[in-house]
Amino acid sequence: MKKSAAVALAMVGALLLISLFLNLVPGDPVDIMLGEHAALVDRQALRHAVGLDQPWYDQLWSFSKSLVTGELRSSLPPFQKKVLPQIAAALPNTLLLAFAAMAIGVALALPLGVLAAARSHSAIDHLAMALSVAGVALPRFWLGPMLIILFAIKLDWLPVSGAGSLRHLVLPAITLGVALAAFLSRVTRAAMLEALREEFITVARAKGLAPLPVLWKHAFRNALLPILTVLGLEFGTLLGGAIVTEKVFAWPGMGTLLLNGIEARDYNLVRAVVLAFTFSYLAMNALTDLAYAAVDPRVRKQ
Amino acid sequence: MSLPWPRLRGLGARFGLAVALLWVLAAAAAPLLAPSSPRAIDLTADLQRPSLRHLLGAGENGIDVLTHILYGARVSLIVSVMTVLLSAAVGTIVGGVAGYFRGWLDELLMRSTDVLLAFPGILLAIFITAVLGPSLANVVFALTFTGWTGYARLFRGQVLSLRQREYVQAARALGASGRRILGRHILPNAAGPLIVQATFGIPGAILAEASLSFLGLGVPPGTPSWGALVDQGTQYLLIAPHIALFPGLALALTVLGFNFLGDALRDALDPKPVAMR
Repeated sequence: MKKSAAVALAMVGALLLISLFLNLVPGDPVDIMLGEHAALVDRQALRHAVGLDQPWYDQLWSFSKSLVTGELRSSLPPFQKKVLPQIAAALPNTLLLAFAAMAIGVALALPLGVLAAARSHSAIDHLAMALSVAGVALPRFWLGPMLIILFAIKLDWLPVSGAGSLRHLVLPAITLGVALAAFLSRVTRAAMLEALREEFITVARAKGLAPLPVLWKHAFRNALLPILTVLGLEFGTLLGGAIVTEKVFAWPGMGTLLLNGIEARDYNLVRAVVLAFTFSYLAMNALTDLAYAAVDPRVRKQ
Repeated sequence: MSLPWPRLRGLGARFGLAVALLWVLAAAAAPLLAPSSPRAIDLTADLQRPSLRHLLGAGENGIDVLTHILYGARVSLIVSVMTVLLSAAVGTIVGGVAGYFRGWLDELLMRSTDVLLAFPGILLAIFITAVLGPSLANVVFALTFTGWTGYARLFRGQVLSLRQREYVQAARALGASGRRILGRHILPNAAGPLIVQATFGIPGAILAEASLSFLGLGVPPGTPSWGALVDQGTQYLLIAPHIALFPGLALALTVLGFNFLGDALRDALDPKPVAMR
């Protein structure tokens, strides 16, 4: 309950912020749409049609109202295209991409991080951490094209771009997920080292339990909370990174929609997409908090 | 009150320092080092592979890739240093005021950082540059607008713990003003974590500028930038992969170097075991 109030408050703040920005900008989208040499009459007609002759709070109000009722349309002539159906078509694709990237990140990072912690300061540990430092440094908009050259052009295993099948998802998901895998493996290692120092680990070992159950059942379960926290926060980075990744692979998601809206100067579309991104991120963070309780009985009791 | 000069040890630190020096050198001496002007075109060499004439190959209209990488270092240096300095300044002032004076001001300032942190990743910077148009100043503004919150939260935490220390209490008892206490007593003692944060801020801003330029929202068209060059290269992956390859390598290497440098600085400045990031 308190969580949803916080989400609502942040959404209102985000809406205010992006609307204020649009109204504070010197210059006018109408100039860009019609060109600087357009007749004054035409400009005023368009400005009125778009609602730009209204004060900013009226613009904000009508935007919010039409957003809530689902009546929001493109802010470009001829004002026909509804915005929400476009988002409804694009959002699942972006979420699919983000969750696939997350799955790849988790699948790589957890074994790597746990292994590095279990054998800390060994060659495996050093190799894993060197890989993770390198993985964080790779820019997605570069890794993507390099994967395309190798796996789509040279080896011809996977499609260059587009969407529609599982094979289309592989390269974008890897591109988006590598940085998360790299960062998460460091977090996992640190959390595991922390957990392995606890007294109950010493007790479990002293009882003569086999090393593997101690590692996974005792230590790993206690390392899960910091891992979950980071995963929730990094979901935002994934959504941001999805914009770049979608451009590389022509993936028909929210990033592509946003960039198209920016190019066309369709501010209604751009605002709605930014808000949808923000809402997805906040909702994911709220879900992460719920996941705490599922993972850790100590949180549930509070 | 002076900072102990951090002793940087290890291979990573040396690698990081070398990369940082190379980067600054490339940016400063770009006109001397570059084989041609960034505006020069060489139509006979359009999209040509690396050769003696164009060591790292040529791009659209035969622009020299090496030249654009060297001048691109300039753009990334200007943007990242300006962004980090401005973000750290704004964040330190806001965090200091919030942490020292507490009360409604603290509440207001921290709630506004919450709103900024509600935007995922680079999204807000994309929105701001899209609205303001592509230019270096707008990129710096967008990245500062979204980047100061980290410094504010960090410094606020430092202030909260340091303001109870005896030397701060003593300064207050002697009648020092809040501004003086924050600037002369608290800031020097909280500088270590801020410096570490700023060191990690440089590669963050370099990547962000390159991403924005890749999306066509960073530098104006035609300006040499690593991100813009990769963007150009993605159209010719089949026939001219070198256009995307080399600027991306420069970018990855620079970011890697600064990450190593940040790690080494943190180890040198912070006696506590590794923090999360």
